[in-house]
Amino acid sequence: MTKTYGLAAALLATTALCGAARAQETVKVGVLQSLSGTMAISEVTVKNAEMMAIDEINAAGGVMGKKIVAVVEDGASDPAIFSQKATKLVQDDGVVTVFGGWTSASRKAMLPVFQRLKSLLWYPVQFEGNECSPNIMYSGAQPNQQIVPALDWAESQGYKSYFLVGSDYVFPRTANLILKKHIAKDKLKVLGEEYVPLGGTDFSAVIAKIQAAKPSIVFSTLNGDSNVSFFKQMSAAGMPPTKLPVMSFSIGEQEAQAMGASLVQDSYAGWNYFQSIATPENKKFVADYQAKFGAGAAVTDPMVHGYLDVYVWKAAVEKAKSFDVDKVRAAAVGLEVPSPMGKVKFANNQSLYQVAYVGKLDPKGQFSIVWQSKEEIAPDPYDPVAFPDKTCKLH
Amino acid sequence: MTELPLVLGQVFNGFSVASLFVLAALGLALSFGLMRVINMAHGEMLMLGGYLAYLTFLVVPGPLAIFVAMPVAFVGAALVGALLETTVIHRLAERPLDTLLATWGVSLIMQQAARNIFGAIGVGVTAPTWLNETVSLGGVTFPATRLFILLVAVLVLLALSLVIARTRIGLLVRAVNQDREMAAATGIDVRRVDLTVFCLGTGIAGLAGVVLALLGPVTPNVGQSYIVPAFLVVILGGLGSLVGTTIAAVLTGLVSALSQIFVDVSFSQVLVLLFVIVFLQFRPQGVVAVRSRALEG
Repeated sequence: MTKTYGLAAALLATTALCGAARAQETVKVGVLQSLSGTMAISEVTVKNAEMMAIDEINAAGGVMGKKIVAVVEDGASDPAIFSQKATKLVQDDGVVTVFGGWTSASRKAMLPVFQRLKSLLWYPVQFEGNECSPNIMYSGAQPNQQIVPALDWAESQGYKSYFLVGSDYVFPRTANLILKKHIAKDKLKVLGEEYVPLGGTDFSAVIAKIQAAKPSIVFSTLNGDSNVSFFKQMSAAGMPPTKLPVMSFSIGEQEAQAMGASLVQDSYAGWNYFQSIATPENKKFVADYQAKFGAGAAVTDPMVHGYLDVYVWKAAVEKAKSFDVDKVRAAAVGLEVPSPMGKVKFANNQSLYQVAYVGKLDPKGQFSIVWQSKEEIAPDPYDPVAFPDKTCKLH
Repeated sequence: MTELPLVLGQVFNGFSVASLFVLAALGLALSFGLMRVINMAHGEMLMLGGYLAYLTFLVVPGPLAIFVAMPVAFVGAALVGALLETTVIHRLAERPLDTLLATWGVSLIMQQAARNIFGAIGVGVTAPTWLNETVSLGGVTFPATRLFILLVAVLVLLALSLVIARTRIGLLVRAVNQDREMAAATGIDVRRVDLTVFCLGTGIAGLAGVVLALLGPVTPNVGQSYIVPAFLVVILGGLGSLVGTTIAAVLTGLVSALSQIFVDVSFSQVLVLLFVIVFLQFRPQGVVAVRSRALEG
């Protein structure tokens, strides 16, 4: 906290000094991620990426001539605190928009706040869909941009029988519901579906069931530490990823490196961005980030989404010539903005068009891309197979 | 068809889970049986053992590092236990509720310390390759890691019962356990017995931390996921009885593993809890009733 105050004081002092020379107006935005607690490991780096975008924009002259002042708050891995801090940011600090959130629980806790206060949240993480709010810009993948394409890839590889393992909360349950409907529609088999409490460490029964069922591939929506236990115990039971392929939806570069890349080597993951994507704009982004945060620093999908959210917001504000929430979100839809993922744009359901990738982990914790969708997939919060009666149209 | 191997496998898994519960619960049972102290920081002794194993594996690589890590973790956790006993628990001996709160505070401090030193995501201990083998028997696969943990639990139990039954310190422990005042009156240094038993208990927890590291990650809150089942086992076993603790661990392990044939892990935890509640309705004193003056009056 002292650090934040110190930083704020330094910023104030600088602003005051600059003010004497050249009065520059400011605009406040909120950055709300978990800086402490279990989610801190993943979210601190998203905050870093969001702050990097803000710094870059400020260095290039700000937004409509105004310097962005970021008010950083800690959601502390606790949905209730996310909701409190979101209220504080919008009501007390008067920020014009907020970048943040990671878990679906944190998003669900913040949603009523942004709706009530008529503000706008930019949410950077892939999620389970099944939600459609005018007060959130969903830049992370919808199920039809991550989970379903990964299934299509697995089917194209000839995998016929599936085993679903997940942590016991809203994302895995919804993701697996969608997967099951698709697998059934394609006349393939789901041999088992198992849930372990979030943070659970004992997989003996799950593994016994996998052994008895003999699936050709495992789809895992396990989150956090449970992944380490799962992969360790799978290996100990004679089923490392080389023998029984595993497709994960929550293991990125950072998680793989922290878990020990050798443990998860050769397992697959579905994302919409990999650090290893070899485009000039991505190479520049990775180099810039590593120059700032250390040579080995991993860059992940949610970080890039957090980063590009800030740029899309800036472009939308400049197009709308206003910080007004309704004008900004209207301007953001359909607006093409350059990013490390190439040019991106939001659809009229306030989610992002994006390419789906499947990668295979190498010994360094990086992904080699084994498949990518032919084109950008239009986002769909309500999977047509799982939720045929619902649609999301916000503009 | 595939049912029998699955059931047999789950019986084995039940014993495997039980072996972890025993190692996690023994220390609690010891300190509660003797001192009526509920040590909320017991789970953090497991965590400490895990981190000590991680550090040992960094210093001593090679296939036999685990045999260095176990004594290191035992002694390390026992020393921290000694510190905790002399600085906090002993001083609050007459106020059980305060011990509960104070040790809970210690547990939070230790968790945050681990988070600051080692990072929030935890560290990994790579099991030596000889532990990564599997043994197949009658269609059931037994991972060597789990066989090893089972062996460690059995050896610890044997060693502990030998110490309690055959050694002088064991005699003193039994005497203090039966009647603290009377034992003190006959000149037994009750204070030293308390300290020894507490250290022994935390040492075993440290050992449990090492074997846990073979199955999962070592994280700042790894102890939290074992402390609740450990308390459950201690209560079910009959407070403070070693035999009771062991039987209770096997019972919970089997209920948990066998129920998982039909339901998923989340629901099986509900069933385990229900089992313990129903069991205690019919036998409130637990599996083995302990005759102790400490429980009376």
